[in-house]
Amino acid sequence: MKNTLQQVFHSGKFVVGFTIFTFILLMVIIFPLLVNTPPLGIISQGSTQGSFLPPGLYVNVYDSIATTPYTLNLDDAAAKRIASRLSPADRTAIKEWLVKAGIPENEIDTTDTDTLLDLWASNYDPGKEMSGMTFAKTRYYQRLDASLQGLLSTQGLTIAAAGTDTLQAAGSVAQSDYVNVTEVPNVRLLALGTDNFGRDVLPELVSATGTSLLIGLVAGVIATTIGLVLGLAAGYIGGVVDDIITFVNNLFIVIPSIVVLILISYSIGQEKRGPVTIAVVIGLFGWVWTAKAVRAQVISLRNRDHVNMSKLSGHPIAMIIFTDILPYIASYVIMAFILQISTAILSEASLSILGLGPKTSSTATLGLMMNWAMVYMAPSLGKWWAYMPVIVVIALVSFSLNLMNTGLDQVYNPALRE
Amino acid sequence: MKGYAKYFRKKIVWFIVTFIAAFLLNFFLPRLMPGDPVAAIVARMAQGQSNATGVQAIYKQYTELFGTNKPIHEQFFLYVKNVFHGDFGFSFSQYPRTVANVLKTSVWWTLGLQFPAIIVGFFIGNILGVLAAYLRGGYDKALMPVSIFVSGLPAFGMATILLVIFGVTFKLLPTSGGYGFDLIPTFSWTFIWSVIVHFQLPFWSIVLIAIGGWAIGMRSMSIYELNADYVKYSRFMGIKDTKIIQYVFRNAMLPQITGLALAIGTMVGGALVAEIIFSYPGLGTTLLSAIRGQDYPMISAATLIITIMVLVANFAIEILYGFIDPRIKAAQSD
Repeated sequence: MKNTLQQVFHSGKFVVGFTIFTFILLMVIIFPLLVNTPPLGIISQGSTQGSFLPPGLYVNVYDSIATTPYTLNLDDAAAKRIASRLSPADRTAIKEWLVKAGIPENEIDTTDTDTLLDLWASNYDPGKEMSGMTFAKTRYYQRLDASLQGLLSTQGLTIAAAGTDTLQAAGSVAQSDYVNVTEVPNVRLLALGTDNFGRDVLPELVSATGTSLLIGLVAGVIATTIGLVLGLAAGYIGGVVDDIITFVNNLFIVIPSIVVLILISYSIGQEKRGPVTIAVVIGLFGWVWTAKAVRAQVISLRNRDHVNMSKLSGHPIAMIIFTDILPYIASYVIMAFILQISTAILSEASLSILGLGPKTSSTATLGLMMNWAMVYMAPSLGKWWAYMPVIVVIALVSFSLNLMNTGLDQVYNPALRE
Repeated sequence: MKGYAKYFRKKIVWFIVTFIAAFLLNFFLPRLMPGDPVAAIVARMAQGQSNATGVQAIYKQYTELFGTNKPIHEQFFLYVKNVFHGDFGFSFSQYPRTVANVLKTSVWWTLGLQFPAIIVGFFIGNILGVLAAYLRGGYDKALMPVSIFVSGLPAFGMATILLVIFGVTFKLLPTSGGYGFDLIPTFSWTFIWSVIVHFQLPFWSIVLIAIGGWAIGMRSMSIYELNADYVKYSRFMGIKDTKIIQYVFRNAMLPQITGLALAIGTMVGGALVAEIIFSYPGLGTTLLSAIRGQDYPMISAATLIITIMVLVANFAIEILYGFIDPRIKAAQSD
């Protein structure tokens, strides 16, 4: 046993896969201990952005104003401020005007805010008649110029509190005022933004990964157990039992499992579909490959000398199976089990995307997160944080499991070794 | 040719048996559930439907067509009779269209997308795999992890990644549908071009996923083959490497073809979900809208058609295999 483990951990592929998988598992276990927020709590409200908020550090504005400001004189602050407020559309409009005013096009760089504004300030003349420019467009440039003047001003803002019928100055903010984020009482890091419901994606993702791993584990255990029992029965008992099991086995190999899963999940109904139910369903129909492999192995073992010796010695069947057969097929069973986990996770994801996943409101799974991102068209809207992390986690889980499997395969099939 | 009769007869019998089993599953699985799913579906159908006359008509037609009040064996024979007439009833969600009418078009989209994609992926993957086994070294070291990674990705993941890169970020290819939304299906160049352009992303997302799995399998098979005596003998004979690779490829291909027959169900399942990502007008997307619309007759018919497609593909591969594998030919001539 110790020897085998040593051998397994010498395989580079296995170790890499094992490390990735352990890391994911540890994240799922440790993260909720460190971050004490409900994973499915709805925290953001619909805005012009929908409920998708991009990843970032969210600092409470009200609290920032109340926090003691510090004065920092940073040279590039003003330039950055203007650059962030000048939209790409405005930049091209400025360029258009300058070109018409006779500035050579190659001298204008819309990405360089400083020189662009310099050019604008030195050339713009609101009274200038431009040929072919509509009145509306002329007024647009006048407004743009006015707003640029506002941007360039160095005055601060005054904060006002609403009185009974007048506004009362409650404080002022200078352009050089800074707050120390650690002093602001309400700061929330949304490392992966929020999803379409306004839930913080990171804790949701961790909880979803946990649920998906659980689904994989439950389905894997069920499928492997059924496959092992049926494979042993078919291979060891033989005869009619073998014929029946092999027949059913071959049937379920050709009938696509997704079809069976769709029909069953639909029949169970939305209300009764929990993650465990889905896992059980996936497990109940995932045993075919294990059974087939185990049967083939058992048949080749059945007539080996040591098994015959055991039979002659009068050992009970259970003992023969546990001591003379199982140890020989253990490696196959473990490899099949690992594959079952990753297949089950992918099956759950496929079912969820079809809208047949676990009940939607109370749990998150990787498939459900993907499903909601698709329903709310996150890819076309460019909200990558709603679906990319999910795909990455699914890919990593499945990659690590497959890598472990390939590593084991190389250990047990010497022909494949490098 | 005569010797094949036994092999073919065996395969045809097996095809019919699997077909009957799939048919039975399709009928009985939903009805085995605790409670009466049919009654529940009819009840669910009544809510959320704005078209009152539609609901009435469907309800009446549904009870008549599926005979929900009759004993189960009568229901079954009714179902068999209807299916063989191509009558799957009205669609709940797209009334007054019939299920057969909706599925008639989507079947062709799915076939046109998945059949070429699975075949192309199979061949590219196998060629890469045999090269990895033969060349070893850096190429093998690079290909293997990439293959394991890619084959582990779900088809919808690959679909989303391609969609975001080529469709959303660079805007090179359209992101949804089977043809431009402003076009009417005709045999014109604009339409055919639009179909080709819309075909690219779903096609490559299925192909790329398939490549990885086949490359891994083919690599292992080829490594076994490369250790075979005939390879060593060919080397001693001074036969060119390209020729030896061809021998190895042909021999290692045989188990891979059996593998294709067995994997085709899983691949179709994955590809159906990839269709959804691109709203490709095939069976996957139809299935999704049927599930969202609680459209039971449509789900039942779509799953039956998917199963039949997979069984036929499986049967075709088995027959093809009979011609390719010399061992079967030899066994038949005995």
